[in-house]
Amino acid sequence: MSTDTGVHAPPRARLPVSTLRNDRWWVPQVLTIAGLSIFVIYATVRVFLQQNYWVEEYHYLTPFYSPCISTGCVDGAAHFGRFIPDHALIPYAALSLPFLLLFRLTCYYYRKAYYRSFWLAPPACAVPEPHARYTGETRFPLILQNIHRYFFYLAFAITIINTYDMLLAFQTADGGFGLGLGNVILVVNVVMLWLYTLSCHSCRHVMGGRLKNFSKHPVRYRMWTRISALNTRHMEFAWISLGTLMLVDLYVMLVASGTITDLRFIG
Amino acid sequence: MTYKGHFRIWRGDEEGGSLEDFEVEVNEGEVVLDIIHRLQATQAPDLAVRWNCKAGKCGSCSAEVNGRPRLLCMTRMSIFSEGETITVTPMRAFSVIKDLVPDVSYNYTKAREVTSFTPPEGLGPGEYRMQQEDVERSQEFRKCIECFLCQDTCHVVRDHEENKSAFAGPRFLMRAAELEMHPLDEADRRDAVQDEHGLGMCNITKCCTEVCPEGIKITDNALIPMKERVAGRRYDPVVWLGNKLFKRGS
Amino acid sequence: MTEVERHSYDVLVIGAGGAGLRAAIEAREQGLRTAVICKSLFGKAHTVMAEGGCAAAMGNVNSGDNWQVHFRDTMRGGKFLNNWRMAELHAKEAPDRVWELETYGALFDRTGDGRISQRNFGGHEYPRLAHVGDRTGLELIRTMQQKVVSLQQEDYRDLGDYDARLKVFSECTVTQLLNDDSGAISGAFAYWRESGRFVQFDAPAVVLATGGIGKSFSVTSNSWEYTGDGHALAMRAGAKLINMEFVQFHPTGMVWPPSVKGILVTEGVRGDGGVLKNANGERFMFNYIPDVFKGYYADNPEEADRWYSDPNNNRRTPDLLPRDEVARAINTEVKEGRGSPHGGVYLDIASRLSDEEIERRLPSMHHQFKELADVDITSEAMEVGPTCHYVMGGVAVDPDTGAADGVPGLFAAGECAGGMHGSNRLGGNSLSDLLVFGRRAGAGAAEYLSSLTERPTANQTQVDEAARAAVEPFGAGETYENPYTLQSDLQRLMNDLVGIIRTEGEMSEALTKLRDLAERARHVGIEGNRQYNPGWHLALDLSNMLLVSECVARAALRRTESRGGHTRDDFPKMDAEWRHTLLECTLDGESVTVTPGEQVPMRADLLELFELTELEKYYTEPELVEHPARSGAQREEGAP
Repeated sequence: MSTDTGVHAPPRARLPVSTLRNDRWWVPQVLTIAGLSIFVIYATVRVFLQQNYWVEEYHYLTPFYSPCISTGCVDGAAHFGRFIPDHALIPYAALSLPFLLLFRLTCYYYRKAYYRSFWLAPPACAVPEPHARYTGETRFPLILQNIHRYFFYLAFAITIINTYDMLLAFQTADGGFGLGLGNVILVVNVVMLWLYTLSCHSCRHVMGGRLKNFSKHPVRYRMWTRISALNTRHMEFAWISLGTLMLVDLYVMLVASGTITDLRFIG
Repeated sequence: MTYKGHFRIWRGDEEGGSLEDFEVEVNEGEVVLDIIHRLQATQAPDLAVRWNCKAGKCGSCSAEVNGRPRLLCMTRMSIFSEGETITVTPMRAFSVIKDLVPDVSYNYTKAREVTSFTPPEGLGPGEYRMQQEDVERSQEFRKCIECFLCQDTCHVVRDHEENKSAFAGPRFLMRAAELEMHPLDEADRRDAVQDEHGLGMCNITKCCTEVCPEGIKITDNALIPMKERVAGRRYDPVVWLGNKLFKRGS
Repeated sequence: MTEVERHSYDVLVIGAGGAGLRAAIEAREQGLRTAVICKSLFGKAHTVMAEGGCAAAMGNVNSGDNWQVHFRDTMRGGKFLNNWRMAELHAKEAPDRVWELETYGALFDRTGDGRISQRNFGGHEYPRLAHVGDRTGLELIRTMQQKVVSLQQEDYRDLGDYDARLKVFSECTVTQLLNDDSGAISGAFAYWRESGRFVQFDAPAVVLATGGIGKSFSVTSNSWEYTGDGHALAMRAGAKLINMEFVQFHPTGMVWPPSVKGILVTEGVRGDGGVLKNANGERFMFNYIPDVFKGYYADNPEEADRWYSDPNNNRRTPDLLPRDEVARAINTEVKEGRGSPHGGVYLDIASRLSDEEIERRLPSMHHQFKELADVDITSEAMEVGPTCHYVMGGVAVDPDTGAADGVPGLFAAGECAGGMHGSNRLGGNSLSDLLVFGRRAGAGAAEYLSSLTERPTANQTQVDEAARAAVEPFGAGETYENPYTLQSDLQRLMNDLVGIIRTEGEMSEALTKLRDLAERARHVGIEGNRQYNPGWHLALDLSNMLLVSECVARAALRRTESRGGHTRDDFPKMDAEWRHTLLECTLDGESVTVTPGEQVPMRADLLELFELTELEKYYTEPELVEHPARSGAQREEGAP
């Protein structure tokens, strides 16, 4: 399992086993693998399905198709124009999805999660990793993790678009105000997306963390303080927002396909 | 409340060693270090262990209990069940001297490599003015008791001895962060932290934070902010492009 | 005969706590090749345990503060037995020493205008303690440790070797000071704890900064290192110890669970608003304000509570009386049946501050009680009782240079030096003591070196003898004494018979028992080899503990009064005749002798800082004729 430069390397204390941990240290890793796999499979299927993403009647647009910019997008769903070719392998939201993916892929929390669970570097604290060599994020491709901040900027912009979509959904097809269960789910999702995006470590840095003297920048210090408080729950928001993304998409899909009808409160 | 506890303690030196079994009395309110002391007094007078304050303030009695890096003086016996066998070994990222005492000189070597506090030229004693909100971030890191449990658990060196020369470990990356955030420090450690102290090796898997007995948020508050600072200096695409085009240092 | 590793330095500092590091920094900055030797790893010294703060009259929080007020508080706290010159230097220089730490990188808590914040503490008239939450000692150690590193980095730049001019020998124990035929210091003999191998240091100047003796008591806040090494080394080298009868029992140590009994609960808890209560919920300290302090302390809870927010118009709470008073009060409450279930009293901060405030101001206390006693101090009161904390006595030194009386080349600073604190130390005065006198001892050593024409040389017989004595425990016969048992017997004996309240009968008994223990210690034996062997280390420390314990017991028996950290049940009153008498312990062959010596009278300009009415409570009449309030009056009468 382990190499001779690790815990078994003399002159370290000679022990027959690599770890003496007797708790179920592998449980979080298994859960992470399960959680991330479910999301990836679900999202992949949905993105290439290219249907049931828009409920014309209530203006519900799933975030997996926002902004809908393919020439294949249905009329009402394309709020920002249609200019990329309609092809089975090109997602309708081809401009936003890659960056959202990269934002989460380079996120400091998700990095921890997949390094531990998929790459086993390390599988758990004080449990040896199975690799002979380790260079971390010092070289290509992992050195690219350092550009997380720029994906944050893009994700921030995309979250504004999601918010816009969410607001549009309060207007029904006949132009009046409407409120249904779909709206509630859309709102919850957007709130969670904002919490996840704003609690990002890069956001914390650019909003104030980079400063040496907070006292000279009281407004940014306040922002930093607030974001720092959110940041302690970044992991929670990362998981909850994955869940709400799937939930909102599933709901829109079911309503759009006519499998269920939206529960309407007003309009 | 008194019962016989079953312990397995690693005994030996760099030549070799093994886990030895001991039956020893355990009383209410005791910590693992109390048990080690009882063993010394009654069964194994030459059992080597480092300790000082026995109050979680000096960071001497670092070891691994049931495979987890911990302070022996802050590991209460009440977290274990009476029938449980408790295994105690020295920290496994360092070479061993004897029994539970490891050679921690790696840490002292690394401590010397971080550029020290560099105050502004001409600022005399008594003239320092700093606001509480400006010192708080560094103060958190200065809570560090240098128990080196973070260094012990960090897989970068724990699992790869060869990385020790290029990696300062969480403790000393945090020291660099502490000075970078010191409101009156004037040195710039961003390049050194990446090139000499091996910040890039860190893959933020947070074991250092998990084992810190002082509860310092090493990863979130020191290592990631340092990574961000380095990113701002080294991996900003705009700055990078500018440097490529105009070949100037920044 | 024995193969011995050998090093040569200008100055050898024994101990890497606050005083030792400050001395080493000073010696190195004066251009001397300096070595620091410490029993533990570098940065683990007992100074890290200091919680509350470092007293220095910077006047940042209350501008009424100045060195004179600090000097007065220190003398009062020590019941005027202090070496007044040390108290003067300490009060004058402490602010500079604290500010200097900022230039090394220390980060103290701040005031609103960006200066160093200062907190209230027992016996200090104004908020005076520079602090970092409740981990000030850690900040001091880390700051000076990092200063040492920065000096080493300078040497690396200049000379290519980090250790060229300042080297730390950690996990190395000195067992014997070496001197030449004239008695001047020529170095020290030590062993590496790790390997058990011997080391000989050749150095004309040695600074002792080894801390205290508290490990000789069973309930103590002190770590294993506090075995009185410096005290014993100095005595064996021919120096004398003073004030050894004065041992401070900190009023608030943890009492439950048993395994943590004695661990310190910072005075900062009371400084920040915590109050002591007995089992009936009464704030009993109002019943224990001694006559000498009447007028300075509030006599009712209402005024005491107002004092926290309006200190200028109210008297301070008696919860913040000097430590000796509070410790005795707690002792009495428990004895009279008003104690808590585990034999302490209650210290309540939960009902006085919000949860957030407690966690912000007292994070380590919160953590300590949570982790070790399962008590949440934001919702429950702590149970506390007295714990052996500090020894006021130590090596008799010259106040200005730290030079030990009678042994050329020997210096002492910090807890192992005597005089500064008189009969009782004020909280917060220890950290400042380390800085002020650590620096002075380093400078004193440098001055001594520049006056030397020739370096004293080591005496080979002495080295051989030291080597022989060090391995003696390995040669014990079939039946031998277990060092751990001996140590615990000693601790119980000192705690029970020479503890917080003393009587002649018990102390005589203690001396007899100490003789028995010393006899048993001759047959101490150990298992295993010399490689990192704690049993062996303890066996060697034991002889220091026994020697120092005997000094404490003998001096305590001799002083027939109660004062500060020395309370006699059979002589409960303070006696002005004893104020100017210092008991000096010396080693004469194998036996400890205690002889009374005279305290140097205070300089007139310092005496003038006190009201005559206050001095009359402590001084004899003839001593006060010089006071201007009296001599001035006489002059007027006698004027033509």
